[in-house]
Amino acid sequence: MGAAGGVATRLVVRLLGEGHAVFGIDQRPWVGAPVEYYEGDLRLRSAERAFGAWRPDVVVHMDPAASPFADDDDRRGSLVEMTRTVFDYCKAHGVEHCVQVSRHTFYGAGSGLPLFRLEHEPASDTHGFPRLADVVAADTFATNVLWRVPELVTTVLRECYTLGPTGHGTLALYLRAKRVPVVLGFDPLIQLIHEEDAISALVRTIERRPRGVFNIAGPPPLPLSDVIREAGRIPVSIPEFAFAGLLGRFGLPPLDRGAISHLKFPIVVDSSAFRTCANFSFAHDVLGTIHAFRDAFPPSGQ
Amino acid sequence: MRVTDQVREAIDRLEIPFGALGVDEYGTSKEHLRSALSAFAFLYRHYFTVETHGIEHVPSRGRAMLVGNHSGGIAIDAAMVIAACLLEMNPPRLAQTMTDKFLARMPFIGTWSSRMGQLTGLPQHAERLLEDERLLLVFPEGTRGTAKLYRDRHSLVDFGTGFMRLALRTKTPIIPVAVLGGSEAFPTIANAYRMGQFFGVPYIPVVAYGLPVPFPTKIEIEIGQPFVPKSDGIEDNVAIRAQVEEVKSTIGRMVLAGARRRRGVLSEIDRAQRVDALADESA
Repeated sequence: MGAAGGVATRLVVRLLGEGHAVFGIDQRPWVGAPVEYYEGDLRLRSAERAFGAWRPDVVVHMDPAASPFADDDDRRGSLVEMTRTVFDYCKAHGVEHCVQVSRHTFYGAGSGLPLFRLEHEPASDTHGFPRLADVVAADTFATNVLWRVPELVTTVLRECYTLGPTGHGTLALYLRAKRVPVVLGFDPLIQLIHEEDAISALVRTIERRPRGVFNIAGPPPLPLSDVIREAGRIPVSIPEFAFAGLLGRFGLPPLDRGAISHLKFPIVVDSSAFRTCANFSFAHDVLGTIHAFRDAFPPSGQ
Repeated sequence: MRVTDQVREAIDRLEIPFGALGVDEYGTSKEHLRSALSAFAFLYRHYFTVETHGIEHVPSRGRAMLVGNHSGGIAIDAAMVIAACLLEMNPPRLAQTMTDKFLARMPFIGTWSSRMGQLTGLPQHAERLLEDERLLLVFPEGTRGTAKLYRDRHSLVDFGTGFMRLALRTKTPIIPVAVLGGSEAFPTIANAYRMGQFFGVPYIPVVAYGLPVPFPTKIEIEIGQPFVPKSDGIEDNVAIRAQVEEVKSTIGRMVLAGARRRRGVLSEIDRAQRVDALADESA
């Protein structure tokens, strides 16, 4: 589900390489998809028919609706509906294991919140950030399935920002331009994981089928300003009062206004539970990850 | 501020797992430590001419909790204890304080503080640092302690109980610390609470001589014997409170003894200066 995304397409290829039979569903086109692929709305009867015909053992739900970029308002609110549909199909068609890929932004960012977030911690206030509210709603729905449908092994993965040579993902979009806006006087820690490590974590989840909620992270975090500089970009400090008004103009990325707190305060997750449970370790260090992105996407103007 | 060789060497010897670009997982940055602690070292050596007694009571490795009194309208005391642990210990250690929550909201200051390894005062932060065998510096009086007026400089306000529960739960030795002279350096005569609210801080201290700049008076740091509180930290408040009061009275005794000694020393200096002045006059 959400098979045409940047990380998802590579996951499909990796799984095929490991001998799995893979099918994909997404509303977005995937030209030359190497697997049987349904392009369209998951909620349609034809989608359920395709799902039922494939009879998968494992479902991985990756949905891009949680992006903090404000260019796709019509998808707002659909994430929880999609999530409910995925779990309905899983129940109806005897799926054994469902993996819901959520975001570490679930925990929210704020001055009074702890630096390291553990899986048992609740989401913080999502007021003013509807897209984050969607993430929280979908994540909460999937977490509820853990006890409502005990016969279905459910794994909720709260993944930190992915970065790498494909340039997909929230952080990559934020870093795409040569000049990257930051809030004057703030420099939060940013936690990221290489795309390939994120895929390895998903493969490990499919193999080991751990039940529960897990944070997924790579190497220790770095200050945002260092991430920007290592990516070959220039941080542009903007006072907070002017920040929202300048987003989407003068080459600055069109971030959701609610994302400003994520550029002021850190969200760092403790992923030790997943590392232990799935025997997972990341292969790419933080500078290698940033440089892989920089080499694939040199700042415009160079 | 020029980074001195001593500070550079001390920071290089810190047993902290700095990662890529010299930043640890808490966001402590070697580069920031170098510049900030060079300033602290100057204040420690030359401005406040700090004298530290009992530094040998701080373990060279492993978890420990320095519990101190606040002295002065701003946290000079914390800065000088951090400098003492870096400059006087072998190997040097970074004392990590639990800062007030308002600091994290403030531009520049919040970032600077976290790059210095000083995290917001949350139980999760303190517990994690101790589990990582770090050296924690806590001031259980909180902002009520820094808000003490000059006339109350040798008294202690109520201690919170959080530090004791944490020490019990993590089996951490508590090391009492008395800081003397902070109030002479920053003699608060009143606190402007309303003005503080306007600027997003608890209060703004008003000093006797007008300028909010610390006076270069001598500061002394007295570090007591460590002790490991016994039990598991889930006792009722009454039992915890009794142990907290024990720590508070230990620090209180250290402060009063230091104040008495200090009065003697200061009056000696005063007498010597007067003798010198008379000698100059007669000459």
